[in-house]
Amino acid sequence: MLILECPYCGVKAEETELTPGYEAHLKRFGPGASDTEFEDYMFARKNPKGVHFERWRHVYGCGKWFLAARDTATLEVFGTYAAQSSTPPADLQDKIKAKRPDWNGYK
Amino acid sequence: MSNVVSALGQVAFDGFAKVREIGPVGMISLRAKSDLPGLAAAILAAVGLGVPGQRQIEIAGDKAAGWMSPDEYLLLLPYAETNAALAAIAEALAGQHHLAVTLSDARAVFRVEGAKADQVLAKLSPVDFATLGPKELRRTRAAQVAAAFWKDGDGYTVVCFRSVAGYMMGLLSHSATKGSEVY
Amino acid sequence: MSTRLSKGGRLIDRSAPQEFSFNGKRLRGLSGDTLAAALLANDQMLLGRSFKYHRPRGLVAAGPEEPNAIVGLGRDGRFEPNQRVTTTELFDGLEAASQNHWPSLEFDVGVINNTLARFLPGGFYYKTFMWPRAAWKHVFEPIIRRSAGLGKAPTARDADRYEYTYSFCDVLVIGGGIAGLQAALVAGASGARVMLLEQSAHWGGRAPVDGEVIEGQPADVWINSTVQALAAMDNVTMRLRTMGAGVYDHGYVLAEEKISDTTPGDGRPKHRLWRIRASQIITATGAIERPLSFAGNDIPGVMLAGSVRDYVVNYAVSPGDRTVVVTNNDDAYRTAIALKQAGLAVPCIVDARASVTGDLPAKARAMGIRIEAGRAIAKVKGGKRVSGVSLCVQAGEGAVLEEISCDAVAMSGGWSPVVHLWSHCGGKLIWDKTHAHFRPDAARPPTGADGLAMVVPVGNANGAMTAADVLVDAAKGGQAAAMAAGFTVEAVAAVADAVSEADMEAVWIMPQGAGPALKAKMWLDYQNDVKVSDVQLAAREGYSSVEHTKRYTTLGMATDQGKLSNINGLAVLADALHEEIPQVGTTTFRPPYAPVTLGALAGESRGDIFQPLRKTPMHAWHEKNHAYFEPVGLWRRPYTFPRPGENHEQSVHREVLNTRSNLGLLDASTLGKIIVKGPDAGKFLDMLYTGVMSTLPVGKCRYGLMCTEQGFLSDDGVVARIDADTWLCHTTSGGADRIHAWMEDWLQCEWWDWQVYTANVTEQLAQIAVVGPNARKLLEKMGGMDVSKETLPFMQWADGTLGGFPVRIYRISFSGELSYEVAVPASMGLAFWEALHTAGAEFGAMGYGTEALHIMRAEKGFIMIGDETDGTIIPQDLNLGWAISKKKADFLGKRGQERNFLASPDRWKLAGFETLDGSVIQDGAYIPSAGKNANGQGNTQGRVTSTYHSPTLKRGIAMGLIKGGMDRLGDVVEFTTITGGVVKAKVVDPVFYDKDGEKQNV
Repeated sequence: MLILECPYCGVKAEETELTPGYEAHLKRFGPGASDTEFEDYMFARKNPKGVHFERWRHVYGCGKWFLAARDTATLEVFGTYAAQSSTPPADLQDKIKAKRPDWNGYK
Repeated sequence: MSNVVSALGQVAFDGFAKVREIGPVGMISLRAKSDLPGLAAAILAAVGLGVPGQRQIEIAGDKAAGWMSPDEYLLLLPYAETNAALAAIAEALAGQHHLAVTLSDARAVFRVEGAKADQVLAKLSPVDFATLGPKELRRTRAAQVAAAFWKDGDGYTVVCFRSVAGYMMGLLSHSATKGSEVY
Repeated sequence: MSTRLSKGGRLIDRSAPQEFSFNGKRLRGLSGDTLAAALLANDQMLLGRSFKYHRPRGLVAAGPEEPNAIVGLGRDGRFEPNQRVTTTELFDGLEAASQNHWPSLEFDVGVINNTLARFLPGGFYYKTFMWPRAAWKHVFEPIIRRSAGLGKAPTARDADRYEYTYSFCDVLVIGGGIAGLQAALVAGASGARVMLLEQSAHWGGRAPVDGEVIEGQPADVWINSTVQALAAMDNVTMRLRTMGAGVYDHGYVLAEEKISDTTPGDGRPKHRLWRIRASQIITATGAIERPLSFAGNDIPGVMLAGSVRDYVVNYAVSPGDRTVVVTNNDDAYRTAIALKQAGLAVPCIVDARASVTGDLPAKARAMGIRIEAGRAIAKVKGGKRVSGVSLCVQAGEGAVLEEISCDAVAMSGGWSPVVHLWSHCGGKLIWDKTHAHFRPDAARPPTGADGLAMVVPVGNANGAMTAADVLVDAAKGGQAAAMAAGFTVEAVAAVADAVSEADMEAVWIMPQGAGPALKAKMWLDYQNDVKVSDVQLAAREGYSSVEHTKRYTTLGMATDQGKLSNINGLAVLADALHEEIPQVGTTTFRPPYAPVTLGALAGESRGDIFQPLRKTPMHAWHEKNHAYFEPVGLWRRPYTFPRPGENHEQSVHREVLNTRSNLGLLDASTLGKIIVKGPDAGKFLDMLYTGVMSTLPVGKCRYGLMCTEQGFLSDDGVVARIDADTWLCHTTSGGADRIHAWMEDWLQCEWWDWQVYTANVTEQLAQIAVVGPNARKLLEKMGGMDVSKETLPFMQWADGTLGGFPVRIYRISFSGELSYEVAVPASMGLAFWEALHTAGAEFGAMGYGTEALHIMRAEKGFIMIGDETDGTIIPQDLNLGWAISKKKADFLGKRGQERNFLASPDRWKLAGFETLDGSVIQDGAYIPSAGKNANGQGNTQGRVTSTYHSPTLKRGIAMGLIKGGMDRLGDVVEFTTITGGVVKAKVVDPVFYDKDGEKQNV
């Protein structure tokens, strides 16, 4: 059972206090988008063994959504950060790269 | 206001800690960013207290101001004073983006008192009481429902939604049953 | 025979006898006994029957690894099946009964299976229960069901209470033997928050039994002083009778504490489940002795050597008068010495090793014990009890050299570290050739949130097998864990006297050249009856994976989960496959380490607090008025209020007719209410709803639909414009939290620069629908507000005071009648509800429930989220295109609805249905069409979504989805019935009642 630190209220929340929101950094495609773009946005989800970026909501706490970078195999947590981020923070990306040299970046 | 009743009619339970439902307690949810001009004035006008820091609750007598999230504050005050407080907030934050709404009736409030009160809550919530600050307002879950609590005097004040007040009373009574002290 | 010795017993109190019963027989034990010790003291060696062959089974072990001595404990509300007598503390009044036998333990008919053993080989279940298919229902399944499971499930409600507690520490030490104590002492000295758990009732583990000397004194002395030192540390918490059951991600550990097992009914919880978060976990879980595989090793009286020692030293109980010790290592000599010191006979130590050296054999020899090196047990003699053994050469095929009469055999095949907790969360193992066991591989530990090791194994559990090594290893482990948790400390270890022990020798079959007849009597898994021959057969039949072999043979699948048998089994498998043991590997260790009672896992969640039932402010009134409740999410809403003599259908129909002709009152408090406020609130709601909410004038209401991004209908409700930048959104009863979360998701994660705040005020307000032709009269009588058609027309709202209550009134209708929904603060909800009933009596006011609500909305053709929708329905399917803005460039679901398959004319669309005979179409009925699909199933062209008897129209009415939708008006179609028949129905307009809306608009 995971522990993730909520970047908004600082609580090291355990998984039962959180609700998962699946893959982070999706770009929304609305009217005018092609079928392929919309399909990717709606359905094409990453399922990596290794570094992954996810949305979590501190639902039994401050109610805020935040983003987390973790390793799906070892469950190592690289960091959590605000949901209002279109890309993972640079220092977090550096940290992950240092720990996982084979990692190809979040895109 | 003689028609005003708390969710459980102030029921009480005597275990190794005392549990009682209190209230109704006046509550206002104030949503505003911490840097909003007039915020300090609004909270001061409503409950006479300063803006609480992250996860803190400022308490003075029957009034309190708690930090709920980066853009939400919980103001506690006597039940009958919420309308006046709302008016004061509206005045202090006129023209500023905020939302203030009375939630006194949406919640149930309990007191868990006694030297071992923390053990009652530790059976229900994944919270490390050794690291809970003296003025910390902790939002978490109690068994299967959302709850918030903080230490005040010789015990804790526990807040949950009104519809599950009976469940919360059941949880607290079960956990406080004599003979089930953990330490 | 087994008996109580006149002297000794470090854990018993001879001055405190305890009466207990076994199979109704009254027996006496002593305070401090385990049930196992007390049974042995009463010469009760036969304790159960094995699972498959119903062979007689006696005690093998003294701890949680015990596979045989499993009993039912207690009675009625305190009956527990499958309890191990070795871990059950004796108390006065304890009742135990053996299980898995019929008609009695002494004489069991099922033992016939034993005679038929050659017809019940490994993989029996897989081979037998295959064909013919028809045999399953009447032959195989009844047999399997009757023979499945050992104990009987309790039938009475559990009389005990259980609870959780959450706990946090820097270093959690699991196991309170000398390793755990030493590790906790070091970690505690660092200042770290330490928690120390021991599954049994005593600290110190095996060291005192083994006669270890620590710091120059008997181990007990050091143990006592260490326990005292730990107890004096404020930062150390100690817990006896608390078993670390499982290690999970990020330092999460479950432990079960036994509190009132020996004092049933004293008011304390029976068990407590500890939910612990530790930054570091030390596993000081010791080791478990392995049996040796010789013919007849399952006959009662054959026990583990270490366990024999436990019974003698701890409880002064001798398993037998004459005990033959058989071993492949030096440790078992301690048992021979202990037996001899207790005045018992040890006719022979049979040592499989060709040469026997070392301090312990020397000591045994000096005591006059005969030692036979290079020898093996060819066969154990006896039925329900050992009567003797025959010896042979270990290197040979089993030719008998001599027979020795004895009534007990103490066997030792070496010791396996308890690596379960290390392995639960991914810790890997390495094969230790010297000790022939798997131990934790320090290079591949389970890792925590920081990617670093989170478990530190120490002592026996880490493969340190002598007391001196254990203490050094444990001190180092305590230091390592403390440092990893951020503390510093010296690794100071107590010093134990070193006893030189010669190497053990791996012996997997005894004798090594045993033929098929002997191997068919060598038990690996005592409870499930898996023998050496079964595993070899599996290998011959092509099973090469240890995981597959386990399931095929059921090796290690009994309640003991292979604690004794697994290593021996996989060694046999490896040998049969001509592979090395590490290549074959182990099966997966999964939590819990030993069974945890279900009550502890459920914790407080029983009875009234099984789940949080949500109650409206008027709930007590509903109960008083005999409401029949139905679940709506976690809410409990009145379905109807039956009166004496009425069934539910009659009361629902009364409620509908009364509401349509007089006045109905509905508790609508569960309706979701969310305030949305801010400069961008209008823009936000225009994105959320399919219609336009930004243009809604202040004071007015508008019905709106919300869709998922895929375009499917998700929720609906009436939105009210409160002021220039404030809206109030009503959601469905089940949707309040979901929709509020949906709003926050978009505001926080997508449009975070929009200035919008939301507040879920659902529970702040009690809401009451006042419905029917007399609705206005009632509100006028209550007084205080102008509720006339002119001042408060349909789809408007007003604030005011009604009969002294502060209210907001919405002129909205879900029934087609003149209707007001009145919101008051929840604290006044009950008083207001009662006031409406009192004042409304003269107008025929009557409460109605959700079923009447459903019927009335169906009579009006109003859709219901969850009935007409199922997550695959777009608004257009329900003829709700009018509620979708054509002008808006974007809203959630707009792009989704543009997908070509959603525009297909073949989609099923909403229509009404009237049966030709007036009957009610059955729930879930389909409309078949000609032909079959690719799977050979009949084609369908539609289905019913809502179907009721309309008391207003006195006939069955229904809504449903049908290919062609309203274009099919007038068609007669057939709906299926559950019995295979059909009901004819005409496609009609779904608005069955008051099509022009005149009744609500008065």
